[in-house]
Amino acid sequence: MDPVKVIEIKKSVFADNDRDADELRSELKRRGVFLLNLMSSPGSGKTTTLIRTINLLKDKIRVAVMEADIDSDVDAVKIQAATGIPSIQLHTGGMCHLDAEMTRQGLDNVDLGGADLVILENVGNLVCPAEFDTGAVCNAMILSVPEGDDKPLKYPLMFSICDVVVINKMDVQPYFDFDLEKCREYIRMRNPKARVIPISAKTGEGVEQFAAWLLEAVNNWKQH
Amino acid sequence: MHELGIVFYIIRDVKQVAEENHVGHVSTVVMNIGEVSTVIPEYLTDCWRWAADREELLRGCELRVLTIPAVTWCDDCKREYGTVQYGKKCPHCGSEHTWLLRGNEVEIKEIEV
Repeated sequence: MDPVKVIEIKKSVFADNDRDADELRSELKRRGVFLLNLMSSPGSGKTTTLIRTINLLKDKIRVAVMEADIDSDVDAVKIQAATGIPSIQLHTGGMCHLDAEMTRQGLDNVDLGGADLVILENVGNLVCPAEFDTGAVCNAMILSVPEGDDKPLKYPLMFSICDVVVINKMDVQPYFDFDLEKCREYIRMRNPKARVIPISAKTGEGVEQFAAWLLEAVNNWKQH
Repeated sequence: MHELGIVFYIIRDVKQVAEENHVGHVSTVVMNIGEVSTVIPEYLTDCWRWAADREELLRGCELRVLTIPAVTWCDDCKREYGTVQYGKKCPHCGSEHTWLLRGNEVEIKEIEV
């Protein structure tokens, strides 16, 4: 038998993905496309929030959506029907997250049609998507009232990588033990820079604020 | 939860190194996995067995996991403590100005060929 030879590697498994993500970001910068990575748990109201937000933005900028799920195309169909903007569905083939390579494949297939803003709706999951840089310019997440105000403590990585935390379903707050101030404090502990925007995608309350933040971020990205 | 995806990354990296070194078969891959990396070693080795045996280069190849203990640093009292036992709050002075020093690794240490 041949003697065993050891080859030292010492390389993070995420290194290749981080490099791909940085390349994708510089390419988007050149093309003037703003990519938003939107994350949350299942059932937090991502799709409903997106529909409201897109309807506020679509006359001002060109928007496209990529929906990522393990299976089905219900979200892509719903978004396209409710907003009329181009929307495609990505399947992760059983995987719990998207990485930069999958995001690039999606972008190659979406009819960007000179889109200013592409929103990537990531797989509903508060753990894995936080580990993989998709190449997005900004990360946002939606936490909904029924999930509880303690989630920033339980999923620290997700809250620490997000530029914006949208708190959805504020309309049902009276029925839950959800303390908004406590939640803001927990988010601040994990990420002092995160912006917190309470909304109700159902009634529309607060959605203009999220849309305004997004519009400003897109314009800044295109100008600088 | 995302162990299968990580296994695919490992396979991609190992294949590349094997090619660069003109290696025909890899017998062991050694991983450094931090205690708070969110990767569960048993799931990783299960996914590894399934995926590695589909590659000629890696058939029967063992994935060995070395656990890196998680250690947190306290900015206020300038001391270290075990992250898993105490979490974010420093057991020495009660401060929350604390940072993870190590324990977040998901790293390919070496391969045996």
